[in-house]
Amino acid sequence: MTAHLEIRGLRISGPAGEVVRPLDLELRPAETVALIGESGSGKTLTAKSLIGLLPAGFRAEGTFRSGDQVVALDQPDAAWRPLRGRRVSLLLQDPFTSLSPVHRCGEQIGWTIDAIQGRLPRRERSRRIAERLDEVRLPARAAHAYPHELSGGMRQRVAIAAALASDPSLLIADEPTTALDASNQAEILDLLRALQDARAMSLLLISHDLGLVRGRSERVLVMCRGEVVERGTTAEVLSDPQHPYTRALIAADPALGAPGPARPVAAGGDREPLLAAEGIAKRFGDRPVLDDVSVQVTAGAVLGIVGESGSGKSTLARCIAGLEREDAGVVRFAGDVLSPGRRSRTPDQMQIVFQDPYSSLNPMMTIGAILREALATVGRPASEVGAILGQVGLPAEFASKRPAELSGGQRQRVAIARALAPRPRLLICDESVSALDVSVQAQVLDLLGRLRDELGLAILFISHDLAVVRRIADTVTVLWDGRVVEQGTCEQVLEAPEHEYTRLLVAAAARENTGAATRVATKGTP
Amino acid sequence: MLAVRVLGVLGILFVLSIVVFAMLHLAPGDLVKNLLGNRPSSPDAIAAIRARYHLDEPLPVQYLQWLGGALGGDFGESIRLQTPVVDAIADRLGVTLALTGLAFALALAVAIPLGVQSAVHAGGVVDRVASALGIVGLSAPTFAVGLLLLYVFAYYLPVFPVYGAGDGGLDTLHHLVLPAVTLALGLGAIVLKLTRAAMLRELDADYVTAARARGITDATTHRIALRNAAIPIVTGASLVLTFLVGGTVLAETTYALPGIGTLLQDSVLYKDLPVVQALTLLIAVVIAVIALLADLAYLLLDPRVRAKGVSA
Repeated sequence: MTAHLEIRGLRISGPAGEVVRPLDLELRPAETVALIGESGSGKTLTAKSLIGLLPAGFRAEGTFRSGDQVVALDQPDAAWRPLRGRRVSLLLQDPFTSLSPVHRCGEQIGWTIDAIQGRLPRRERSRRIAERLDEVRLPARAAHAYPHELSGGMRQRVAIAAALASDPSLLIADEPTTALDASNQAEILDLLRALQDARAMSLLLISHDLGLVRGRSERVLVMCRGEVVERGTTAEVLSDPQHPYTRALIAADPALGAPGPARPVAAGGDREPLLAAEGIAKRFGDRPVLDDVSVQVTAGAVLGIVGESGSGKSTLARCIAGLEREDAGVVRFAGDVLSPGRRSRTPDQMQIVFQDPYSSLNPMMTIGAILREALATVGRPASEVGAILGQVGLPAEFASKRPAELSGGQRQRVAIARALAPRPRLLICDESVSALDVSVQAQVLDLLGRLRDELGLAILFISHDLAVVRRIADTVTVLWDGRVVEQGTCEQVLEAPEHEYTRLLVAAAARENTGAATRVATKGTP
Repeated sequence: MLAVRVLGVLGILFVLSIVVFAMLHLAPGDLVKNLLGNRPSSPDAIAAIRARYHLDEPLPVQYLQWLGGALGGDFGESIRLQTPVVDAIADRLGVTLALTGLAFALALAVAIPLGVQSAVHAGGVVDRVASALGIVGLSAPTFAVGLLLLYVFAYYLPVFPVYGAGDGGLDTLHHLVLPAVTLALGLGAIVLKLTRAAMLRELDADYVTAARARGITDATTHRIALRNAAIPIVTGASLVLTFLVGGTVLAETTYALPGIGTLLQDSVLYKDLPVVQALTLLIAVVIAVIALLADLAYLLLDPRVRAKGVSA
């Protein structure tokens, strides 16, 4: 088979020098090539350079051949315009920002149609928009919806419909499912596969997640600091990785690696729970968010709370922490009943670590000032800043830095240090590792495990990602639509799930199996 | 929601009317002397004046008498002009409305396209020229710009008239061009900065990258971004318009225009209480209405706000 698309000598330089080392890439029709790398590896810049949309200050070299047409990657914007959409299209990560919030979804698909077809009669244009929506399995009425009226998965479908309305020969998908829930991820990837097969389109799938591409791509390129360190067929690379970086990625990936080391389980038994929430119920307006939810966790143990967005898991955490007032139910802490609201709670009872370390730290304060503030809430002296930084594995010099100077993992460590400063007995982690790269995620999980053991902390670990929960939790509660659907030890729930929804989640997490299976299924039904 | 807003505005107007009434009475200077004007100040005349304007009543009673009249549409009689206040204001309102309308339209018509172009070609020639214009517009005082324009376009190159409001229709428009340009310069500079900043932010957004990546033309992309940027621009423009309503006095004085601004100035100097009171409230009402319209514009511009408004 002849190569359909050829990229030769792609090299990107930025203000700080070379950011992507020369790389070659071929894509055959209907083929999927995965480009794997963590943040800062240059994978997104590579994607943008292939469509002439590098940010200001970056320059690409090399050539891009599509059929008999050869273009230089550094050609001016005007020369790129006829290629964009028709030859190459780009699907971005976040369906919440990649659609214009003030335009209806149909209109946004319509723009692509206008760009290719010119102005069509209104009725013909609406018909084509409906066709494109049908292709991504959305009803025609979605055309009249604004993006905020749709779920994340539906928005990403609209974005796909808009990106493919020009029938490109190559689609570059930059982390197309990272912002989505587990069950949506598989659906979106299967949809992409089906659309790709139907039109013999090549797909460059960019992801930080090696597990995601198993069974979904023919070949893999692994990128580290701007350089391709390993390439080959997906099966080869995953089963027999050559480069140490690839091996580290595979080991760090919770879906691929082994579960956390077996540990004598502290949970359950006859020990008194540190925290027991019983029959918690909460409504927002006339919408029930939590309905009769009970959880408990003992000191030195980790309770994983699993659910997708909208399942009520964050609301539960906020009720326990007193940031939200439950409508019914009782929260007991060390045997005492805590009344709703913050007034009845003290800083040394529990602390929260939030998801996004970029927005949970005040950018104007130094790390030292942030930690001193937290220490002062319980009267600990400022001189202990160095000690609590050490506790989370950061050097004492970090006290003089500001959040902007730190990486995501380092910031999350600071957020954990801040939470530990009042010496809480319960730590609530609300999606605390979801925004981090896989290898950093593993390090932060190890840190949490160590803190649990050293300090005898009870941890309430909330996540949408079963694979991550499996690494750290002793017991697991699965929330669905505000109700507990399954509860038990980590092994019970994840190895032998009883509820249908848990099975779906487990299947979505163990992508290595479902990926291949659904691939076959979608091929059978065009 | 709308009803709450209107009630709020009425409350503010009520408090404002008390404050203005009290301040005018507390200000130094003898009201009676002002009211007497050139007439001899015999005890009889003074007594007659005090009786006519109810000056012997306690202040709260005077205020309530004024309020009763105002609620019935009677704002009293101008002391200086000896005509009903309503007529005095109605005579002047047209010129000021035309002036502010023209200035606002001019400012938007120039500043928004220029702001969009500045953002699209950030750092380019258009951007640099526009930002220089913006600095001039922001820092040059209205009266100085007015005098400069008068000197150049009315005296040196006699294209536009020097003063007055003309005889209506096109002649009035001709007379209002220079004052409107004077006002529009400062106004436009702010709108220009707002538009540029809002557009820069929107052009950087993911949905713009996504649109460009699907081959959508630059013109369409810019239109999409501008539609998103419209929300902060409308907020800014409405704020600026409220400044304009209070700020016409400088332009009207420089160009000797018989508008609300000059009327307010003269009335304050003469302690023409009924006129000042009515004008202050009129300006407050206009500002409140503009703010209300801006809030309604959000509902129109942002479907997310619309959804919240319905559920709330």
